[in-house]
Amino acid sequence: MAITHPLTAALPSTQEALPDGPVVVADDVTLAFAGVVAVKGVSYEVAPRELFAIVGPNGAGKTSNFNLVSGVYQPTSGSMHVLGHDVTTMKPHEIARTGVARTFQNIELFENLTVVDNLMLGRQQHLHYGAGAAMLRTRRVQQAEVANREVVEAIVDFLDIQSHRDALVGMLPYGVQKRVELGRALAMEPKLLLLDEPVAGMNLEETEDMARFILDIRDELGVTIIMVEHDMGLVMDLADRVLVLDFGEVIANDVPSVVQRDPAVIRAYLGGTDMAELEGTR
Amino acid sequence: MDWEVIFRNAILAGISREAAVYAIAAVGLNVHFGYTGLLNFGQVGFMSISAYGVGISITQYGAPVWLAFIIGLLAAVFLALLLGVPTLRLRADYLAIVTIAASEIIRLTFRSVALTDWSGGSNGINGFADGFYVWNPFDPSVAYGFGSVKVFGNQAYIIIVGWTLAVLVTLLVWLLMRSPWGRVLKSIREDEDAARALGKNAYWYKMQSLILGGVLGGLAGIVLSVGQSTVQPDVYSPPVTFFIWTALILGGVGRIWSPIFGAVAFWMILSLANNVLDQATQAGIVPAAVTAGVRGGSIRFMIVGLGLMLLMAFRPQGVFGDRNEMMLADR
Ligand SMILES: Nc1ncnc2c1ncn2[C@@H]1O[C@H](COP(=O)(O)OP(=O)(O)O)[C@@H](O)[C@H]1O
Ligand SMILES: [Mg+2]
Repeated sequence: MAITHPLTAALPSTQEALPDGPVVVADDVTLAFAGVVAVKGVSYEVAPRELFAIVGPNGAGKTSNFNLVSGVYQPTSGSMHVLGHDVTTMKPHEIARTGVARTFQNIELFENLTVVDNLMLGRQQHLHYGAGAAMLRTRRVQQAEVANREVVEAIVDFLDIQSHRDALVGMLPYGVQKRVELGRALAMEPKLLLLDEPVAGMNLEETEDMARFILDIRDELGVTIIMVEHDMGLVMDLADRVLVLDFGEVIANDVPSVVQRDPAVIRAYLGGTDMAELEGTR
Repeated sequence: MDWEVIFRNAILAGISREAAVYAIAAVGLNVHFGYTGLLNFGQVGFMSISAYGVGISITQYGAPVWLAFIIGLLAAVFLALLLGVPTLRLRADYLAIVTIAASEIIRLTFRSVALTDWSGGSNGINGFADGFYVWNPFDPSVAYGFGSVKVFGNQAYIIIVGWTLAVLVTLLVWLLMRSPWGRVLKSIREDEDAARALGKNAYWYKMQSLILGGVLGGLAGIVLSVGQSTVQPDVYSPPVTFFIWTALILGGVGRIWSPIFGAVAFWMILSLANNVLDQATQAGIVPAAVTAGVRGGSIRFMIVGLGLMLLMAFRPQGVFGDRNEMMLADR
């Protein structure tokens, strides 16, 4: 599929220069819930245009780390910088506006709205008018709606979901919903994209499609991506760097080829037999 | 049985000022619940605070009618802020609890003995609406209408004003809900966390929705009090909120015309139940003992309640609703 070029044109602000330095800096971040310490003194940096993966067993704190980046949770201690902003105490909608988009582990779409409306909601930050003007349908409003509609159509084409355009999202098959959620995040024209288990529950073909979308987004748009994933084959194939968590702590942070030979990782997570599988998928 | 009387009364009930008032208040509730997912169980509180706002500013401070109306609506804005600030960051049920309590606190405060000089205690406030009837183009002593469906001039005036407002606010909400602003409200109804992740300040949008729907409730209260030429505290008691909910659910939640349809249907059904019972009793079909005294009044509500239960069983989405959407919401 070579229609990535129109997408680049449709989402120009993904191309804008990033602030100097890493896109994400987590500095000694701890997150405690009553009784549970989900994240313990975690530090890492994500470089511009990097495809950064977070792996670890269930309950290791992967989603919690995402929620710290996107502001759903605020660190109990430590600090978090995203795209040059100190987001340690910022709210989710404020962080989103700095150029951070995300998908959720359990799809969170607007089920009773159409695919196009879901994607248009991702564009809202790029509409520069209020409800009053929108009611009166001024020329500027119409132009903005048309322009945003074009961006949405480019994303619909890219994700190959043309035939579902006007369907209510809640009625669509799971695999398509996963794509729509990715599309909604893309519509925000993000500089940082957080993907929480983008291929969970997908068959081989759907997984391959999704992998291609993710690579295209990184390569063509230059969006920095952090991906949480269980599918080790996918992680080892796609990721530039892998952060391995266990019980909320970092046990490895390196390129895939090094991580998969790390004794601590093998012991804590992969296990002897999984290791063989891992070699097989390479 | 005199069917002409039955149907004439049903039509009069369907177009009555009460039906218009319920329609306007239900449009507000539709903004809250139908489009934003806010559970407001105290819509009558918005109605009463605005009605009292008008009554008090005219009788106590001699405000002109137009200014009194503005003050009344501002009172509803104030109430929305008061209720929203502490609850809209919390789960949806907190707003539900706080609104129902607030509507009772407002009623009991206005009817309290300590404030009698100001808000008239249990008698309420009378004789403040004359300034509004100055603009009445109809002759109060003449009955207007078609055939045997007739109302006197003052009634005709308030009915026309009420229904004009009901249609206008319906159109306003229609325009708002098809705008990007309305799209955001609906996204918050569907999934607040996702809306935040898209950069929407869900709290502020919910506040705007609470204010808009509350002001529409206030408008309904003003129409009611002006139409009755009096504000009486016990007119604004909790059942009114639930009748307005009934009207909304009857029409179908989250549909543009359902408040108007539901309000008309609610009042017509109530009138039909009443009149059919009356006539059947007079004709000896129903034993007089069944409908004697207050029982007749209670029975009509039982019939309406039974009808609503049947509606929920066979058409839970209401008359205009979309069954698919109902099913999705359950997942
Ligand atoms: N909101 C919460 N309240 C209490 N405990 C939580 C909450 N969210 C996550 N946890 C706990 O934090 C730990 C890490 O969870 P999570 O980040 O979801 O793991 P992962 O995504 O790696 O499977 C788990 O023990 C989980 O039970
Ligand atoms: Mg998780």
